[in-house]
Amino acid sequence: MQFKKTWVMTLALTSVLALSACGNNNGGNNATTNNGGTNAAATNAPTETSSGAELSGSILASGSTALQPLVEQVAEKFMDTNAGVDIQVQGGGSGTGLTQVAEKQVDIGNSDVFAEEKLKDADAEKAAALVDHQVAVVAIAAVTHPDAGVTTLTKQQLVDIFTGKVTNWNEVGGADQKIQIINRPSSSGTRATFESFALGTKTEDVQGSIQEDSSGTVKKMIGETPGAIGYLGLSYLDDSVKTLSYDGVDPSVDNVISGKYPVWAYEHMYTNGEPNETVKAFLDYFLTDEVQTGDVVELGYIPASQMQVSRDVAGTVTTK
Amino acid sequence: MKPKKARIEKHHIEDFIGRTYMSFCVALLIIIIVSMVYFVASKGISTFIGGDVTVSDFLFGTKWSPEGDTPSFGAFPFIAGSFLVTLLAALIASPLSLCAALFMTEIVPGWGKKLLQPVIELLAGIPSVVYGFIGLSVIVPFLRNTLPGQGIGVAAGALVLAVMILPTITSVAADALASLPQNLKESSFALGATRWQTISRVIIPTTFPAIMTGIVLGMARAFGEALAVQMVIGNAPFIPRSLFESASTLTSVITLGMGNTTMGSAHNNALWSMALVLMLMTFVFVFLVRLLERRNKI
Repeated sequence: MQFKKTWVMTLALTSVLALSACGNNNGGNNATTNNGGTNAAATNAPTETSSGAELSGSILASGSTALQPLVEQVAEKFMDTNAGVDIQVQGGGSGTGLTQVAEKQVDIGNSDVFAEEKLKDADAEKAAALVDHQVAVVAIAAVTHPDAGVTTLTKQQLVDIFTGKVTNWNEVGGADQKIQIINRPSSSGTRATFESFALGTKTEDVQGSIQEDSSGTVKKMIGETPGAIGYLGLSYLDDSVKTLSYDGVDPSVDNVISGKYPVWAYEHMYTNGEPNETVKAFLDYFLTDEVQTGDVVELGYIPASQMQVSRDVAGTVTTK
Repeated sequence: MKPKKARIEKHHIEDFIGRTYMSFCVALLIIIIVSMVYFVASKGISTFIGGDVTVSDFLFGTKWSPEGDTPSFGAFPFIAGSFLVTLLAALIASPLSLCAALFMTEIVPGWGKKLLQPVIELLAGIPSVVYGFIGLSVIVPFLRNTLPGQGIGVAAGALVLAVMILPTITSVAADALASLPQNLKESSFALGATRWQTISRVIIPTTFPAIMTGIVLGMARAFGEALAVQMVIGNAPFIPRSLFESASTLTSVITLGMGNTTMGSAHNNALWSMALVLMLMTFVFVFLVRLLERRNKI
């Protein structure tokens, strides 16, 4: 009898504790974010005119692993000069970043693709609430194993290869060798960019193709597997793989900036609504020349500020 | 005679605190487990509610193209892939583990155990990403150079998994063999049986359910392993035509897609449905282990 009573009691106690813990957590989180906002506002309000205003608060960013190293490095530098600011950068993937920023779990959602491309249909409203900050550009080049024997492929040839119509390199002017596709998963931002701007069409997976989810592994596989073809961001290219021209255009930084080479995409940092002071200062810092020509270039991205062309969600390119 | 007045003594308080603490921990554990099951189940079921995907489309459909213009969510290639690598891994690892366990307990109980035990425990402690990387750097190139295909595929995945589940099976089997009553063996020897006869006719049949428990536990680990398999299996969403062709498992598809999809999208929900399938499979494995333990009457 006594045992039963204890049980009921502890169970009740546990659930109350568990519930209150949840409540506390939520309250705690909200409080911190709010504090961040109000603190920043409070400290900034009196010194609005001074550009060296003391910023404080915490910023949480999550999302794209392709953008993560850049955000981390810039965040370090930003925190060095703004001691009151604490920035945490998490990975998780573009989808995670967009979900979390749309649900206000994080302040910044990093993404390789436009939010509208991921948050579709029922979620379209969420995408509309997000504010885009394009901080860098990533260009993607088709690469092959060095022995495949081709140096350039046309759009149509790439489509034929990635849809499995062409299966031997000799059909596109290369060695007599079977083509091995090394792809990215269908949800990947890199794949979406490559398909929209290099192939111009979505492709179905081909039986026997290989999918890897990190650029490092893709590069390793292409370098090692005879007859392999895949695609990589420009910062990953080296002598272990053969970089192909696209329709005769070399995937160089200059060609991307001038708009001649079409296979590129923005790296986005989304905020939910207009950012608060601290977050805005951080994003503004991202677009300064110091970062754009320093860290961005150093880590193999292309500065968004130098692009001579711009592109909207629908993929329409306009000259600036 | 007056009834003795109940006094609260020190040990009562100790008992009460101890019991409350224990009950609290147990209750917390139960709440965590139940809420996790509920979470995965509710997310996993959402694919089939209101959508055009039926359970049989999902379980037996062979076309997986979640981002296509007409999305289709056939997860059968992944379910088949998971079972294929798991069974193959168990087939490779079981004989090795059984031999290692016999070696440690029957053949050379002295230095054999001293040498093998730490080695096997070490295998269990290696992180799966290391296994994956070794698989990618050693097993895949080896298979590519010696066998048809690109090295990547079910065979590579099964080999990596076999090494990973080796410690599980070995330690369970070794424990079972060690707990075998000495007199069983002694009577067998007394009847004139050789060591081989004793092992094959007495020891293995008696400990069979326990060995099977080890194998099932190993399979459960193999079924749930994600990272190492994902690195070497190739991840093409198809039922492979050979053991040396790129294939996928439930876990590899989930890890590839989860971060890149947004919560609530059809693709994301389908991944949760796979997580649900994985969880149900885990229940099956646990059930099997229980069943085997009941038969285990040493």
